[in-house]
Amino acid sequence: MTAPTSSPPFNVKLWREDFPILRQTVHGKPLVYLDNAATSQKPQVVIDTLRRYYEGQNANIHRGVYTLSQQATEAYETARRKAQHFLHAGESREIVFTRGTTEAINLVAQSYACNHLRAGDEIILTGMEHHSNIVPWQMVCQRTGAVLKVVPFTDEGELDLAAYRQLLSAKTKIVALVHLSNALGTINPIKQMTHEAHQLNPQIIVLADGAQWVPHRATDVQDLGVDFYAFSGHKIFGPTGIGVLYGRATLLEKMPPYQGGGDMIASVTFEKTTYNELPWKFEAGTPNISGAIGLGAALDYVEHIGLDNMAAWEHELLTYATGKLQQVPGLRIVGTAREKASVISMLIEGIHPHDVGTILDGEGIAVRTGHHCCQPIMDRLHIPATVRASLAFYNTREEIDALVAALHKVIEVFR
Amino acid sequence: MSELRDLYQEVILDHYKRPRNRVVLQDPTCSADGHNRLCGDQIHISAKVHDGRIEEVTFQGSGCAIATASASLMTEALKGRTVEEAQALFQRFHDVVTGPPHQAAPDDPELGKLAVLAGVREFPVRVKCATLAWHTFLAALKNEHGNVSTE
Repeated sequence: MTAPTSSPPFNVKLWREDFPILRQTVHGKPLVYLDNAATSQKPQVVIDTLRRYYEGQNANIHRGVYTLSQQATEAYETARRKAQHFLHAGESREIVFTRGTTEAINLVAQSYACNHLRAGDEIILTGMEHHSNIVPWQMVCQRTGAVLKVVPFTDEGELDLAAYRQLLSAKTKIVALVHLSNALGTINPIKQMTHEAHQLNPQIIVLADGAQWVPHRATDVQDLGVDFYAFSGHKIFGPTGIGVLYGRATLLEKMPPYQGGGDMIASVTFEKTTYNELPWKFEAGTPNISGAIGLGAALDYVEHIGLDNMAAWEHELLTYATGKLQQVPGLRIVGTAREKASVISMLIEGIHPHDVGTILDGEGIAVRTGHHCCQPIMDRLHIPATVRASLAFYNTREEIDALVAALHKVIEVFR
Repeated sequence: MSELRDLYQEVILDHYKRPRNRVVLQDPTCSADGHNRLCGDQIHISAKVHDGRIEEVTFQGSGCAIATASASLMTEALKGRTVEEAQALFQRFHDVVTGPPHQAAPDDPELGKLAVLAGVREFPVRVKCATLAWHTFLAALKNEHGNVSTE
C-alpha cells in the first residue's frame, strides 16, 4: 500500500481552529492531545449540532404525528443514510445504530453466533484484538461449546497470514478481525483475509472491528467483502454513546433481535409479538438520537475535509514522529509493522510507562499508558504496558516536538 | 512543575533505582500477591512474623517508580514493628496519600521516610500505586490467598 498523497499542503492550523478544546492549557502548558485512539476531539460544527438539536429539534422519533417528532425522525434517519454512504453499504437498512463498537460486536455475538454455533465450531480471532473483540466471543464459546483459534503475530506486530490460512478449516464459522490495532498501529489486510475465508466457505461470517480505522482511511464494506463491520462515533469526531454496526441484509433478516422493547416491534400482545423490519428490529427503545445526528454531522465534516487529505497529513506526521522518537535514547517503538497508521506505542528503558505518562501530563501532553484493553498483546510481547501516542489530523509537528522534548525531561528525572 | 518535583523527588527515585529488600525471603511465615492489572504493577510480599512482631519483610515484582519505591520504603519501615504498630502506620500512611490535593499533608513524625510519598495526593490516579504494597502486606498478614488489587 503506498502512502496517500494530498495536494495542496494540508492546512492543519486552519482545521485546528475548529476544535475549541485544543486551545486550553494544562499545568500552564498548551494541551498536546495525543490520545486520539482513546477518543477524538469534536469540531465546533458537531458541538453546535448537538446544541441545536436540544434547543430546537428534540423530540422522540418514530412515534409522533407532530412536526417536531417528524423533524427529529428525519434527522435521525438522515444520519443513518450518512453512515451508509460513509461505509459504502448497499442499503440503509444494513446500518444499525448501537452504543459503540463494543455493543455492535456483542450484538453479532449474541444474536448471530449464539444461535448458530455448536460445540466444536471454531471462531478465529487475532492475537492483537481489543478486549471488545475477544470477550464477546469467549462468552459465545461458553454458551455454545465453540472454541477460539488465535492468529499469532510477529514481534514487529504483523499477522502471520500463513498461520491464518492454516487455522481456516471446515470447522471455522466466524472470523473476527481488527482493522487497525489500537495498541500497535498495525493495519491488517481485511479484504484479503475476508476473501480467503469466503473462498474456503462462503458461509463463514467475517466481522471487522473498524473502531480505529474509520477516522484514518476510507472504508468500503462491499469492497472489503465483510459480513459485519463495526465502528464508534466518538473516535471519528462524533459524540460518545453512538456507534454503527453494518451487517448484510440477508444475515440481519435471519437474526433474532438483540434486545426487546419498543420500536423494534411491529405489534405486541401478550400472546404474540411480531418484530419490526430492518434495521429497527435491532434498535430497541429510544436511541441516542442526538448522538446519531451528531455522528452524521461528524461524517459530513470528515467528508468536507476529505479523508484522503487527512490520511496524507497523518502519514507525514507519523513518519516525522517515528523518526524523531527513534532518536530518543533508550526509547523503543512497540509495533513496527510495514503498514501502520496513527498509533505509536513505545517503551523507555528502565522507566515505567505510568511514570512517563505522569511526567508528560506535567508538560501538558496527553498520552495513554497501560495495556490499552489489549492484555494479550502485552503478554505476547512480555511487557506490562506501553506509552501510546495516537495521532489525528489536527496534530502538528510542533506537538511532536513537544512530546520529544518532554520525553527527554522524563529521562532527565530518572537519570 | 513543583508537584511533579514533589512526587518524583530524590528519596523516591533512589528507592526506585535501588530498591531495598527486593529479595526472595527464605522461610516466610506469610506472603501474598498484589496486582494492579490495569496499570501493570505486580508485587509479591513475603514476611516473617513471630509472636506478633515483624522480623522481616521483602518484596519482589515490577512496577512503576511509585509502586516500587513505596514497597521498598514499606519494607524498611515495618522491620521490627509489631503487627498493631504496622496497621496503625498503614492508616497514617493511607491518610497522607489519600488526603485532599492542594492541601499540604500535616506533619506526622511517626511516618518517617514514608512521608516522602505525600506528594502522591496531588495525583489521585497514582494513589493505588503507592498503596499496593501495603494492601498486599495486610493481605499477607491475614494469609489471604488470591490476588490483591488496589484498583
